[in-house]
Amino acid sequence: MIRAHVLISGDALSLARGAEETRLAIEAELSYLGLDKEVQVSYMGHVDRTDALPMVIVFPEGTRYGAVRPEDGAYIVQEHLYKGRIAQHLLAPPETLSGQIAHLPGRAGAIEAQKRVVLRRAGIIDPTSIDEYIAHDGYFALGKALTEMQPSEVLKTVKDSKLQGRGGAGFPTGLKWSFVVNQPGTKYIVCNADESEPGTFKDRLILEGDPHAVLEGMALAGYAVGAHEGWIYVRGEYGQARERLEYAIKQAEDYGLLGDHIMESGFDFHIHVHAGAGAYVCGEETALLESLEGKRGTPRIRPPYPTVRGFRDQPTVVNNVETLANVPAIILNGADWFRSIGTQASPGTKVYTMLGDVNITGLIEVPMGITLREVIEIYGGGMRGGKAFKCAQTGGASGSIIPAEFLDVPMDFSSMAAKGAALGSGALLVCDEDTDVVDLAYVLVRFFKTESCGKCVPCRVGTVQMLEALGRLQRGYARAADLRRLEEIAGYVQETSFCGLGQAAAVPILTGLRFFRDEFEARVRH
Amino acid sequence: MDKDLTQTVQRVLMRHGSNREALVEILHELNAELGYLSQATLALVAEALKLPSSQVLSVASFYSMLDLEPRGTHVIKFCQDAPCHVAGGREVWEALEHELGIGFGATTPDGRWTLLTTSCIGACAVGPVMLVDEDIYGNLTPERVRQILKQVAERDQAGGAA
Repeated sequence: MIRAHVLISGDALSLARGAEETRLAIEAELSYLGLDKEVQVSYMGHVDRTDALPMVIVFPEGTRYGAVRPEDGAYIVQEHLYKGRIAQHLLAPPETLSGQIAHLPGRAGAIEAQKRVVLRRAGIIDPTSIDEYIAHDGYFALGKALTEMQPSEVLKTVKDSKLQGRGGAGFPTGLKWSFVVNQPGTKYIVCNADESEPGTFKDRLILEGDPHAVLEGMALAGYAVGAHEGWIYVRGEYGQARERLEYAIKQAEDYGLLGDHIMESGFDFHIHVHAGAGAYVCGEETALLESLEGKRGTPRIRPPYPTVRGFRDQPTVVNNVETLANVPAIILNGADWFRSIGTQASPGTKVYTMLGDVNITGLIEVPMGITLREVIEIYGGGMRGGKAFKCAQTGGASGSIIPAEFLDVPMDFSSMAAKGAALGSGALLVCDEDTDVVDLAYVLVRFFKTESCGKCVPCRVGTVQMLEALGRLQRGYARAADLRRLEEIAGYVQETSFCGLGQAAAVPILTGLRFFRDEFEARVRH
Repeated sequence: MDKDLTQTVQRVLMRHGSNREALVEILHELNAELGYLSQATLALVAEALKLPSSQVLSVASFYSMLDLEPRGTHVIKFCQDAPCHVAGGREVWEALEHELGIGFGATTPDGRWTLLTTSCIGACAVGPVMLVDEDIYGNLTPERVRQILKQVAERDQAGGAA
């Protein structure tokens, strides 16, 4: 008889901080006290509390301890599980939350859950257990689709939900799927898990925390468009995410929830995992497809788009991890429910990784349309050291550098685009008044220079020239003509590069100059 | 031809089948098993997949996680992207160069350390970060870098490793 569950955060960061030793210490103490038959210990995925990892949650109370060092493990067992009292001094620090978001009641020390769509199970269930996923509505959406809905109804629901791609571009997901439906040939669903934007690690945490949600989303996409094979392209650096996925696929196949004749419906869907080997450009969908075919990851010319000629030259849907993780909830709860969250033009939530000069960094899921000011104040706990906000960098390296005048702009795809900035892939690098914008631009452009695939001249040569000019500016050697030249080259690079990587490489310079021109000019030697 | 090498390549190819689409994964696994991809390794893969060796080299040279030359006993990969940079990455990088006495891309003369940079590894919440072989170290400071290098060296001595 199990009376209590102990969950230990088992994400890469927690493991790096000694979660495995903590787990061993807890198990050893349980066994010493003879509690090992009544207390179950398992890993959970990420918890959005990087300040308190490794975290240990004890159910049924939901008490959260963190950060728990290996030497604290035995004490928690003795106090909480043996004597039945909370180990007060090891509790995770409390979290503050916005009034506009639903709270779940919790006991002392429990963090209140945010109103989540994508991360509703992450950190709650053991990601290595398909049973726990199923117990939290997992595979219900797939069951509903296969038994009660025609493929066209699944497609219509996703279209009506107005779900937009969460990889950065915000393209309507339902529309993308509909391009594939009527194409002749063998269709494929490809999940883009090549998350490599600096500062973005939301997809890793989704894959590590709730891998079945992505698998279920892919199967639903396959049913909607008539595909029977799915591929997950996961970046080479995400070894743990890959292992979790492979294990989850095997579990789902054993349960008849993936593979042939799913739930005896006659629908077949197989999923394979393919690991990259270190190349940022493979996040670009056509470069990803090249890499998936075992080639150099250089982008293809478009059109034809992947929806017409993608993987193996067949019609292919390429969706981001977070996009696919939204799909099961949409099918289960309906398009109207999804549209009730977020804004009219961009419904739903967005998952961000918040970093930089704020008090609390880490993973958050917020409704679309929340402002940057709210995110910093509510989720980030304000600016660190009470310093003033200077700028934020959105969406990894290809996002914009945005100044304080953006603090009250709703964060959704269209509102940001209307102001000439990009929402990007889900990173929020918050910078305070001490930040050197020229230095920041230098580091961002250096990233693109390193990652340029070399296929086209504007990106291959332009990134080198931009970096040289920025370097001269940084060291105080640049003349006014150099600054003009920098701006000119950035314009060419943006306009003439072959793919999104090159086009994005100029963005840090162009947005930096637009909002902080005086700082660039102050570095010019007269 | 080295018999062990031939067997290793055959074993990895068996797992994937002689399938061109698996080339990146085949090379990745061989890199992990052999430490790097020698010309002889690439030639064996090309032969087995019936590909021109130029194509195999072209793929092997494209991806940053594939090495075409031997590395030191320990490979340090330091993240140099913006989130780590604003968290004090420059000082940490300088400390690494100073402690090891080598620059980017180099291996120490005794063959113990190779110093590389990497693009974002998705551990930005604890930046600056570096990888020492497979292990992630976060919240780095110059002082902590010195401690970590010392710890790794001590572990080697205790384990009798080179």
